[in-house]
Amino acid sequence: MRAMKSMTLMGFKLSLREPIGTFFTLAFPALLVLLFGAIYGNKPSDLFGGYGSMDISMPGYTAMILATVGLLSIPISISAQRETGVLRRLRATPLKPQVFIGADLTTNMAITLLGMLGVVLLGWLIYKVRFEGQVIPLILGVIYAGLAMFSLGYLIASLAPNARVANIIGMVLLYPMLFLSGAGFPLELLPDSLKRVSNLLPLTYVVKLLRGLWFGKPLSELWLPILVLGVILIVCSLLAARFFRWE
Amino acid sequence: MQPVIQVENLQKSYGSLQAVQDVSFEVYAGEIFGMVGPNGAGKTTTIEIIEGLRKADSGRVQVLGLDPAQEGGRLFERVGIQLQQSGIHPRLKVIEALELFASFYQHPVKPGDLLERLGLADKSKSPFSKLSGGQKQRLFIALALISQPELVFFDELTTGLDPQARRSMWELVQEVRRDGCTVFLTTHFMEEAERLCDRVLILDHGSLVALDTPEALVSALGVEKRLVFTLPEEAELPSLLDLPAISRVERNGSRVIVYGQGNRFASSVVSALEDAGVELLDLRTEQANLEDVFLRLTGKEMRE
Repeated sequence: MRAMKSMTLMGFKLSLREPIGTFFTLAFPALLVLLFGAIYGNKPSDLFGGYGSMDISMPGYTAMILATVGLLSIPISISAQRETGVLRRLRATPLKPQVFIGADLTTNMAITLLGMLGVVLLGWLIYKVRFEGQVIPLILGVIYAGLAMFSLGYLIASLAPNARVANIIGMVLLYPMLFLSGAGFPLELLPDSLKRVSNLLPLTYVVKLLRGLWFGKPLSELWLPILVLGVILIVCSLLAARFFRWE
Repeated sequence: MQPVIQVENLQKSYGSLQAVQDVSFEVYAGEIFGMVGPNGAGKTTTIEIIEGLRKADSGRVQVLGLDPAQEGGRLFERVGIQLQQSGIHPRLKVIEALELFASFYQHPVKPGDLLERLGLADKSKSPFSKLSGGQKQRLFIALALISQPELVFFDELTTGLDPQARRSMWELVQEVRRDGCTVFLTTHFMEEAERLCDRVLILDHGSLVALDTPEALVSALGVEKRLVFTLPEEAELPSLLDLPAISRVERNGSRVIVYGQGNRFASSVVSALEDAGVELLDLRTEQANLEDVFLRLTGKEMRE
């Protein structure tokens, strides 16, 4: 328990000392709120089912943070730790692998929730965004979707030979998803042909789940994203554990 | 004496490469035990099997009464490990690294005390990436000692360090042993093994070539000692051959090499020459060392 606590605290401190990572998870989404808020404002629109552009961007940007942490921060950090012998050094101690992963998950989840808090706070202060769901189910949904995205990240880390390749794989997966999943900007703005592509992307289901929870949809209407993310979580976790390497 | 490490018929191969071939030995409580050999001799493979970081193909290994392959977790609690290749996060500060590692163990020492002891107290707030090679190595020693281990492993502790840093590392190792900790180290510096180790295991191509104290290994060679000096111009060299310790004298211009044996060899030559009023320049003694032992046993130079 002591090890879990100190690993988590250390991970949190180290994440904040990583200026580029911190920028992309905490500052960049907040900047998007300011930028797209300034361009589109938050007027209710029929295109968005009566909501404003900023209202629906809140769960979208949260999904974006989850994806950035899962597909970039985690694979790069884990494979860099493997490459520089940090994992080797930790392995030669009584620290259990479950504790290592548990602390890493907790750290990344905390960073994600912090980024989400920043986005939502800005959206609420400037644009009075509408939130029609409930806080606890929303946070549980963020954590659930986060576990799915993060497990994908651990899988990339297990498969990539080094941090550079992990970075490239992460980018290749992340960028199309940011544009085509509804995270970066609303799916409603995409032509039908691209909407079909978006149904193949994991992040689309994160956006669907979080948007549903944000606007207070009952879980019975969200069974598909919950199911898809559950499958991703289980498959990626099993594969990541299977292919994990200390060195 | 109580063996803390027992290795019997250890075998390990990587594909067609036999990395370790039928190696058996014991390490006793309280000694500094050194495994030496050239790069690629199988030292790291052997030490990492003993540490529980690699699996042997066959053979039996016991460390502090535990099987490292099966009971690694319990073993890691009781041993300290410095790895040849490892790292910590570049932005982690020295004191933070020690506090983090201290939290993994039941009975850690105080991180501050350890830093003081290892001469890192003034670097306590420095991030890992800003440390010099020697300071990083000291930090890795600190991480290996934080748990108050009964047994500590140092794998190529001084590789890449300058001679001064190397010497201070030797003092540290001796201090660790004085505190009652058994030390198992590997090195490819024969001088290091000779200065530091109570017993030395010589490994070559994965096989045990010799195992004994450095003195016994050297004297088993039966090689004569040499006294080398230069005579001033015009000086006459008195006959030395009637001295009992001396076997022969070689002269090459003003350069003289005297061969002989025994503890009083050098002093008897010097006093005989002084009695004869001969002035000696550049006087030095040479004797066989572990390098020669290695050369004799393997037929090749240790140094690449």
